[in-house]
Amino acid sequence: MSIDNVASAKANSNIEQPFAALGLKPDEYERIKEILGRRPTSSELAMYSVMWSEHCSYKSSKVHLRQFGSKVPANDSMLVGIGENAGVVDIGDGWAVTFKVESHNHPSYVEPYQGAATGVGGIVRDIISMGARPVAVMDPLRFGAPDHPDTRRVVNGIVAGIGGYGNCLGLPNIGGELIFDPSYQGNPLVNALCVGTMKHEDIHLAKASGVGNAVILYGARTGGDGIGGVSVLASETFDADGPAKRPSVQVGDPFMEKLLIECTLEVLHAGLVEGIQDLGGAGISCATSELASNGEGGMHVWLDRVLLRDSTLSPEEILMSESQERMCAVVEPNKVDAFLDVCRKWDIEAVVIGEVNSSGRLTVDWHGEQIVDVPPRSVAHDGPVYERPLARPTWMDARQADAPTPERLARPTTAAQVRETLLLMVAAPNLASKTWVTSQYDRYVRGNTVLAQPEDSGMIRVDEVTGRGIAVSTDCNARFAALDPYRGAQLAFAESYRNVAITGARPLAVTNCLNFGSPEDAGVMWQFEQAVTGLADACLDMGTPVTGGNVSFYNQTGDVAIHPTPVIGVLGVIGDVANRTGMEWKTAGESIYVLGVTRDELAGSEWAHEIHGHLGGLPPVLDLNVEKALAEVLIQGSQDGVLSAAHDVADGGLAQAFIEMALRADRGATISIPANIDPFVFMWSESASRAVVVVPEHHEQALASLCSGHGVVATRVGSVDDSSELIFSGVYGESVKATIDELRSTSEAVLPALFG
Amino acid sequence: MAIVVVDVALKPEILDPQGRAVQGALGRLGLHGVTDVRQGKQFVLTIDGEVTADKLDEIKKIAETLLSNPVIEDFTVEVKA
Repeated sequence: MSIDNVASAKANSNIEQPFAALGLKPDEYERIKEILGRRPTSSELAMYSVMWSEHCSYKSSKVHLRQFGSKVPANDSMLVGIGENAGVVDIGDGWAVTFKVESHNHPSYVEPYQGAATGVGGIVRDIISMGARPVAVMDPLRFGAPDHPDTRRVVNGIVAGIGGYGNCLGLPNIGGELIFDPSYQGNPLVNALCVGTMKHEDIHLAKASGVGNAVILYGARTGGDGIGGVSVLASETFDADGPAKRPSVQVGDPFMEKLLIECTLEVLHAGLVEGIQDLGGAGISCATSELASNGEGGMHVWLDRVLLRDSTLSPEEILMSESQERMCAVVEPNKVDAFLDVCRKWDIEAVVIGEVNSSGRLTVDWHGEQIVDVPPRSVAHDGPVYERPLARPTWMDARQADAPTPERLARPTTAAQVRETLLLMVAAPNLASKTWVTSQYDRYVRGNTVLAQPEDSGMIRVDEVTGRGIAVSTDCNARFAALDPYRGAQLAFAESYRNVAITGARPLAVTNCLNFGSPEDAGVMWQFEQAVTGLADACLDMGTPVTGGNVSFYNQTGDVAIHPTPVIGVLGVIGDVANRTGMEWKTAGESIYVLGVTRDELAGSEWAHEIHGHLGGLPPVLDLNVEKALAEVLIQGSQDGVLSAAHDVADGGLAQAFIEMALRADRGATISIPANIDPFVFMWSESASRAVVVVPEHHEQALASLCSGHGVVATRVGSVDDSSELIFSGVYGESVKATIDELRSTSEAVLPALFG
Repeated sequence: MAIVVVDVALKPEILDPQGRAVQGALGRLGLHGVTDVRQGKQFVLTIDGEVTADKLDEIKKIAETLLSNPVIEDFTVEVKA
């Protein structure tokens, strides 16, 4: 068995290489040859192909993502920005928080359980590599049509995978999203978010500094999983028949990950580590080239020292393997023994695979033969950057013109029809109770969960003495983004911002997971550019920096892309979680107010989707000044103890908001629909920047002055009572009643009936 | 009556956390010399009548679609008397 080494690459420059099968374009291959001054060895080709892939290099998105850095005001809470494994923000009292969301869409469609499980594992390692202890996870999920035969397989596997991995790790799952739309049939979206906390002095970065320092690979052994396309190379190296096609699926081991968390935090806190990096996509190739290019610029690796699960792996495969639960650390020579002792204590295998040097090159040896000799920056950071063509799709005009007017979509016009619609909407899979999913997750482990689904945000207590805590929400109505990607991204951000403010937390930082179709489609690229610009503009206006994010392209089947789905996560801080506002209206006699203005805005709404299967028109208008004013009222009202409950108004409109509050409290209310608005519009419009708040009588004056001080419109619509009925009065001259029991049994039956 | 045994195991290149845990336990119990443990599951199907070629194809189909997850697992089918 001969290995393609640097010497033979210099000697035989003209052999044919399977760059196309590895996903490299001819000009990219030429550029590699230019950088090296010769053809790449097969190992180098493997490294470049995977590091220059869309997933690792962001080659199509980079030019647009720059806006997040250039447009956003430096917020003094930001400690570490974009570019590291995850951004870090200061939340006060010496605490810092890191959070990030990543997609694991494609693997989760192929093998739902393991795909989703390893998605959780990957994002958790990103968080620990910053030096933080993971404290919570959240999972925004999107699936195809609920009644499609394949959806059941995907839903069951993904939910079980997230629960299986997260529960074993002992991390509470505090929220997320669950959305069904035929646009995701062959491309379900599994986005995984993790939050970690640390003291300021514990922040760590991914860089290999200090000549002579050891590079240690620790954690699980390296196996043949997640190699996928690189088997093309392996088959060249081995006999003519080639090995069996390696599966592209990875299997996770949450118990190993738990040991890895504890081991990593111990070596970090003991001051044994100079730089650290998790191994995710592109495995050792990614970790070594990124560490080297962020440090002194040189590194040598003895690849044959890597501990293997399968001794037949070729060097190309070892470089590429995406085996889970591995980390890479840079350690001073005199601390290596102490580092290895900690690993032994946690039953973690570790081996020194390389050394930092000042050569400016990343060199890799395999049993004495040099198989890689490259400038590390050329692999990790200087990949191709594309300005892909953009074009507003021609069908956009027709779609935006197709507004859901009463003539186009029949609306209920009598009390009886409103009641019928009410019950249909409660049973809509996108609005129904998510308990069937979230009861499979552990929500309260670690004992610091303050709020979890169905609340608007998840909230975690960070400091057990002062009560300082954080709130996190993720949101996106992709139908709005399909109607107008610029405004859709802003609406997603606004909703997430509002959901954090509603709990009483002050929004501090933004992360995102941008799920789109193929960047090679000019229409998709236009959607992407619009969404990124919309988000960056909104972040600038609201003063909240983007601390990091993730782009997932190629979410499409054939020519049909998913709805553009820019999932936005917002993180906020609250001084004392005891002052939070929940969504449960607890006390009879308290007044119910709607904050904000309800307009006839049904385009992209859940009603148009569920009742009519319609998508057209323009999404709700958004004024970020109004959103900001509303947030101030909510945050201040929470701090001052004015609000006894608050809830976001989004999917399903006010009707859904009232129902959710009633179900949460198991207590009824009477809502009088204001005379100046159409009852149907009042109930199901999805106008932005609205919230329902509940106040005791002695605080009504305080709410009024708070709202007028910030210019927020407040309308008293009713009061909480002791009944077990939700009553809407003034519905086309009559009252519409639904019992809490009827609403609950309808709402909670939906998901078990579909997937249980 | 015939017995058909279907063995299902993770593909060799796929990580087997349970097997790994068993191997770890062997070491802790002082039982050395076992260098790898892979675990799987076995289905014993009792078949009505003879196992004809058609029947065997059907059983293979059962093994492929229900008893195993072909994305990450391999299976073998063996007819026992």
